[in-house]
Amino acid sequence: MTRASTATSTPTRRGVELALVLFGFGIATGGYLLYYLNNNAPIPTNWWFPFAAWLGMSLAAHIVVRRAAPYADPVLLPCVLLLNGLGLAMLNRLDSGIGSAAAVQLRWTALAIVVACVALVALRDYRVLERYTYSLFLLGAALLVLPLLPVIGQDKNGSQIWIEIFGYSFQPAEIAKIVLTFAFASYLSDHRERLKTAGTKVLGITWPRLADTLPIGVMWLSALAILVFQNDLGTSLLFFGLFVMMLYVATDSPAWPIIGGLAFAAAAVLVYTQTTRVQIRVESWLNPFADVDQNYQIIEGQFGMAWGGLFGRGWGMGRPGRIPIVNSDFISAAFGEELGLIGLMAIIILYAIIVMRSLRAALMAREWFGKLLASGLGFVFALQVFAIIGGVTRLLPLTGLTTPFISQGGSSLLANWVIIAILLRLSHQARAPIELDNAVEVVNLEDEETVALEVVAAAPASPRPAVPTAPTAAPQEAALEAPAATPRGANA
Amino acid sequence: MNHSIRWVSAVAGLMFFALLANITGSYLFRGPELTNSPLNQRVLQEQFGWPRGPLMAGNTPIVESVAVDSYLWANKRVYNNGPMYAPITGYYSLNFGRSRLEQVYNAELTSTSDSQLMARVMDALAGRSTQGAIVQTTINPAAQAAAWEAMQGRKGAVVAVDYTTGALLAYVSTPSYDPADLASSDLDHVVDAWDAYNDDPARPMADRAGREIYPPGSTFKLVTTAAALEAGWRPDTLVDSPKELPLPNSEHVLENFGQVGCGGERITMLDAMKVSCNTAYANIGMALGADALRNQAEKFGFNEGFMSDIGSATSNFPSEMDAAQTAMSAIGQFEVAATPLQMTMVAAAIANRGVLMEPYLVSELRNPDLSVLSIHAKNPIRQALSQQSAGILASMMIENVNSGGGDDAAMDGLTVGGKTGTAQWDTDEHPYYWFVGFVEESHVAIGVFIEETKSGDPQWSGGAAGPVFKAVAEALR
Repeated sequence: MTRASTATSTPTRRGVELALVLFGFGIATGGYLLYYLNNNAPIPTNWWFPFAAWLGMSLAAHIVVRRAAPYADPVLLPCVLLLNGLGLAMLNRLDSGIGSAAAVQLRWTALAIVVACVALVALRDYRVLERYTYSLFLLGAALLVLPLLPVIGQDKNGSQIWIEIFGYSFQPAEIAKIVLTFAFASYLSDHRERLKTAGTKVLGITWPRLADTLPIGVMWLSALAILVFQNDLGTSLLFFGLFVMMLYVATDSPAWPIIGGLAFAAAAVLVYTQTTRVQIRVESWLNPFADVDQNYQIIEGQFGMAWGGLFGRGWGMGRPGRIPIVNSDFISAAFGEELGLIGLMAIIILYAIIVMRSLRAALMAREWFGKLLASGLGFVFALQVFAIIGGVTRLLPLTGLTTPFISQGGSSLLANWVIIAILLRLSHQARAPIELDNAVEVVNLEDEETVALEVVAAAPASPRPAVPTAPTAAPQEAALEAPAATPRGANA
Repeated sequence: MNHSIRWVSAVAGLMFFALLANITGSYLFRGPELTNSPLNQRVLQEQFGWPRGPLMAGNTPIVESVAVDSYLWANKRVYNNGPMYAPITGYYSLNFGRSRLEQVYNAELTSTSDSQLMARVMDALAGRSTQGAIVQTTINPAAQAAAWEAMQGRKGAVVAVDYTTGALLAYVSTPSYDPADLASSDLDHVVDAWDAYNDDPARPMADRAGREIYPPGSTFKLVTTAAALEAGWRPDTLVDSPKELPLPNSEHVLENFGQVGCGGERITMLDAMKVSCNTAYANIGMALGADALRNQAEKFGFNEGFMSDIGSATSNFPSEMDAAQTAMSAIGQFEVAATPLQMTMVAAAIANRGVLMEPYLVSELRNPDLSVLSIHAKNPIRQALSQQSAGILASMMIENVNSGGGDDAAMDGLTVGGKTGTAQWDTDEHPYYWFVGFVEESHVAIGVFIEETKSGDPQWSGGAAGPVFKAVAEALR
């Protein structure tokens, strides 16, 4: 038996983070410069401004993490900064000295980093949000409905997922993504016991009672409604997948993904047979050359990536401008064209690292809410990257989602930076050494031998006993949930 | 809960693995097809600036790539005497694609053909930029220029061929266009030029030498004579040659050109050729029958077409004819229609002892280091008529030039054989004038087709087309 407090020797790894941040700064600014060098074009006289701004933002983010969440995962922030920096460099290249997308995006990035830093500091105890389950639900739902309202709702490229206020376009679903993840996490951490234990066992799987399937039914209908009314395949897929996955994590029951999968298949068949939009998407995916005019974007993206080959044309040497809306949906095709298969793979792997790191934070988290939150945010991020890059590269039918951190768009940038702030906070919470006055709530699940019985006895009572906390840590979480091993099981 | 989080991680890992596997698969399996797609403007635009190999006529480049100081395209295509060579070279345009030799040998000119793979690898290893192959045409620049000059102001075509090999020595179509207008990097200019050329009623982009068919008129009597000789007729065989010939089962009465007699009611076949007697040849045609005529015509290349590389229009000899139609076909009317190339090849086969050689425009492809990439071997298509018949017919043609209707083409010191043709295709319009013939000493066959003469030109076939024939023959002497 080891005391939890032995974890005080956990290194913060801030030095590693700083080194990686600077490395990423070099790659992104290198891309910025190569665009000019490759084209024998003069480097803009104010080149120092984006350099200084980007270095300043990178270092500021690093310093805030260092102060507010010193034990946060050291790889998350550098990966995100590198992606964001590459995105800025690519937007600058796509501007070709004419557009101003990169300048706008730089301002959005600055705002997003500030908001993320504020979130990181303000959410020092993110668990306060756990109390507002239904408020969060309502807020999330309201955000999703916003684009359907008259006046502010905007129809772009056939999807009703934008709002416009004072000339700024915004995709509320991006914010809803976070709010609803909180709502799901809070709801499920409260109800997991009931969802988990009740039900009948068939084929070795505990199937939920019909009454308990109500939430998933509501989510299913909502997802369908988003698809039908907002014409947005991606968003509806994202929310439904997120909810099913969080149900599964909360209950450990494979019944939920099975039910979710069947419900999804039913919806897919229903929508495919009843509407033409999804049929068109599927046809464009399987046979883009059957209708060259309609599938121009996909085809040009394919041509671009094929032309990029293994190593790419080089920064500024391709013709990604031929792809319509390359700045947002199809920016990964631009990377494939100019940085090649290798470059696109590197970007996908950066996303994979971010996802794996957030799932790792979920594994390490010391309470249910945090686990659900971290795994939910990580998975929704993975799903989004999978759907959009898969769509662009013809692995899947195309859905209108943004490519996190690299595609143009303020709301997406803002939302994803906030997600990263939460993940940084969660990973800090998971890795930080246990302080005495926190010991009741904090159980390091990774520390296999720790049983902090004495500490528990000496510690003040949990501020929120209703939370399913477990005072012991055991190699398997089965032990965590076994009342026998728990002197004062919270809600066993 | 950790158990399920691990499963979620596995699923997320699988999604990323699927993304990576998919783009790798795309690169390996879809890439080549996408890159070669004709819709792929990236590749077209990229290649537009590549240095392409030159097209040569003799030792002179007629098309070449010249390096220019441009941001977009490092090379531009230069057409020397563009209009004169346009039906051979074709154009190379960003907007409108490629045509003729620029299209047919595109892979070799850009050094992307399979046979150039080793050269590409060696160049890549040595760090050299790969140069395209040199396309050597068979065109004789002097003959081409002579034909071009002689046709100025006239609509029509001239074809000259070395009848022993099939190598085309001149291939001219007038009026013409300048491929440089379409190959320009000034894309607005290209579009304007394209529209102007296509809207021009004179149709400057038409290839009158090989891609258009016209009624061959009396030049087709060479085919009819060949069929007769093969059927056992002789130059002194007598034929009925009335002034007027009512055609069977028809209200049409065939007359001779100028409503004149043929020098008697019954003349020899040689005389019939020398005065180009329509009624006599109509009788020969009806005596031989449609099948014999068609058979002979097809041996010369009718209903088949020439040239595997740039291709030609297929000259037509109709099927299913009654006697009146056979009579008209025998004198090159009714639905008989031929390219000037086809009629030149008729004369060529006759002069070449009956052997029809495949006409061709490219003699060899060379690597930039001048080593030979591929070479065109001369290719006999078939014995179009027996050597004996060919010899007789050739001497009849020589007779025709020496003392018959072909005398406009007679040249001092050269043995010239030939046949004139006048095709009245519309009673309100000028007829088409033809002259096809050969020069024994320089073993060339030359075909001249005049769709529209210049004002002041003589209005008979020998007078209009003969001087052009002589100009080209002189250049090839």
